[in-house]
Amino acid sequence: MSKLSIELPGLSLKNPIIPASGCFGFGREYSQFYDLSKLGAIMIKATTPEPRFGNPTPRVAETDAGMLNAIGLQNPGLKKVISEELTWLSNHDVPIIANIAGSQIEDYVKVAREISQASNVHALELNISCPNVKEGGITFGTDPEVAKKVTKAVKDVSSVPVYVKLSPNVTNIVEMAKAVEAGGADGLTMINTLVGMRLHLKTGKPIIANRTGGLSGPAIKPVALRMIYEVSQQTSLPIIGMGGITNAEDVIEFFYAGASAVAVGTANFVDPFVCPTIIDELPALLDELGFDHISQCTGRSWK
Amino acid sequence: MIVKETMKVLSHKELAPAIFELTLQGQLVEEMKQPGQFVHVKTSDGLDPLLRRPISICSFNQHEQSFTMIYRAGGKGTKLLSRKTETETVDVLGPLGNGFPVDAVESGETALLVGGGIGVPPLYQLSQMLVAKGVQVIHVLGFETKSAVFYEREFAALGETYIATVDGSHGTKGFVTDVMKDLADSYKAIYSCGPTPMLKALEAGYSDKPLYLSLEERMGCGVGACFACVCHSGEGSSYKKICSDGPVFRAGEVIL
Repeated sequence: MSKLSIELPGLSLKNPIIPASGCFGFGREYSQFYDLSKLGAIMIKATTPEPRFGNPTPRVAETDAGMLNAIGLQNPGLKKVISEELTWLSNHDVPIIANIAGSQIEDYVKVAREISQASNVHALELNISCPNVKEGGITFGTDPEVAKKVTKAVKDVSSVPVYVKLSPNVTNIVEMAKAVEAGGADGLTMINTLVGMRLHLKTGKPIIANRTGGLSGPAIKPVALRMIYEVSQQTSLPIIGMGGITNAEDVIEFFYAGASAVAVGTANFVDPFVCPTIIDELPALLDELGFDHISQCTGRSWK
Repeated sequence: MIVKETMKVLSHKELAPAIFELTLQGQLVEEMKQPGQFVHVKTSDGLDPLLRRPISICSFNQHEQSFTMIYRAGGKGTKLLSRKTETETVDVLGPLGNGFPVDAVESGETALLVGGGIGVPPLYQLSQMLVAKGVQVIHVLGFETKSAVFYEREFAALGETYIATVDGSHGTKGFVTDVMKDLADSYKAIYSCGPTPMLKALEAGYSDKPLYLSLEERMGCGVGACFACVCHSGEGSSYKKICSDGPVFRAGEVIL
């Protein structure tokens, strides 16, 4: 397995495969299928200071090779995430990347300060890119100055490295990356979902109750690759890449674009075993391509 | 245990316009124990459609390692599924969710089973299991029109069966509740599956006895991880996940 081990700020990963935030809950459901210790890390569902119910249903709609979702950051709140979910996860040998969200900077600061104290939280993922909530989320992720400010505020209180999750819903992704780098980010995760819509054939109205939703799945892979390709050449921050990964070949492609690890999201819904399957398939694929270690693939597209 | 298996198509036929009966075979059936659970079906081999389709289990046969589902071919995914032939396989994840409590009614007592449209199928396994333990069953099944009716004979073989059609072309004209208002009040519990307006009508008029409702919602993962199919279960942020806490709930447990 040493072909797959990766060192990133705060994270010693057995392998670079991480279930993406929002697509894996807090791991309990998928522990029915395999031992979570097999994973490189787990990005847990976004945590806010207070419990949130989220948006009305329908919350998902399907699109060609993808899906739209507008869950609305449903989570049990900071207190329960720490006392129940993280405690349960601590029985597994897997580092946790805690995705944190809020509607104002104070929310991010509160969650960051407390959740980063949990012994199995090795890094934070600052969610400034959720497109499905009225306040917060994406509003922090589309203005470089605001993004820099919230990154700095979280960095000041976090006891673990901070990765900032970038939104693709911007004109200039490099500018956003540079802004959060200036704010002190230790790494980037990208990309979050693209804002999209589906309409009902008979009623003419949006299928999703929230009207718009975030597009994920293989449909967005080319966008993710392009953005990682651009950003990885313009910043020195390590990138955890995500956006439509469904197999080992996709993982290699993300590394070529400039990623140092990857997250797998929507594919978990299609095949609950997708993460361990990819982990098992990667060594042979690396052999076939002539690499001794997966890190040799990072940035091959532009190096 | 939830299993993912490539299952063999044993038979596949159209029961009524756009209503298909598909029987699959595989080891996954060993995990099927309660009526009212569902499976999550991949309808294409590729990326389109991407997500699985939740389909209720109509009946299962442990001895033959087979189970039957009845579904409506309405969208892209189920239309693709409807083209599967007996030489093919289907990728199935299941069984999922919590089904109907068979032990809510004792041997010698009577249970009322109420289904609407494509909500009728899961009641068939339930009825078989209730009858097997000595429960008397009464079925009230609602459909749009005569041509949409399926499994009338199968249900009738298990117990008293009443059909309602919206246009009156078969059975009682109207909804299931139009049949129910004339039924003797001899049953101990009601089990139901159907469209939300039907479930709401049952909850409004028949909550004095144990009433079990099977809910439906657009799903993502089907296993409780994605929070797509959530419903309120009371004040504030309390909730239930239809896929993993349900799909069957006791009336009052969730807000319809």
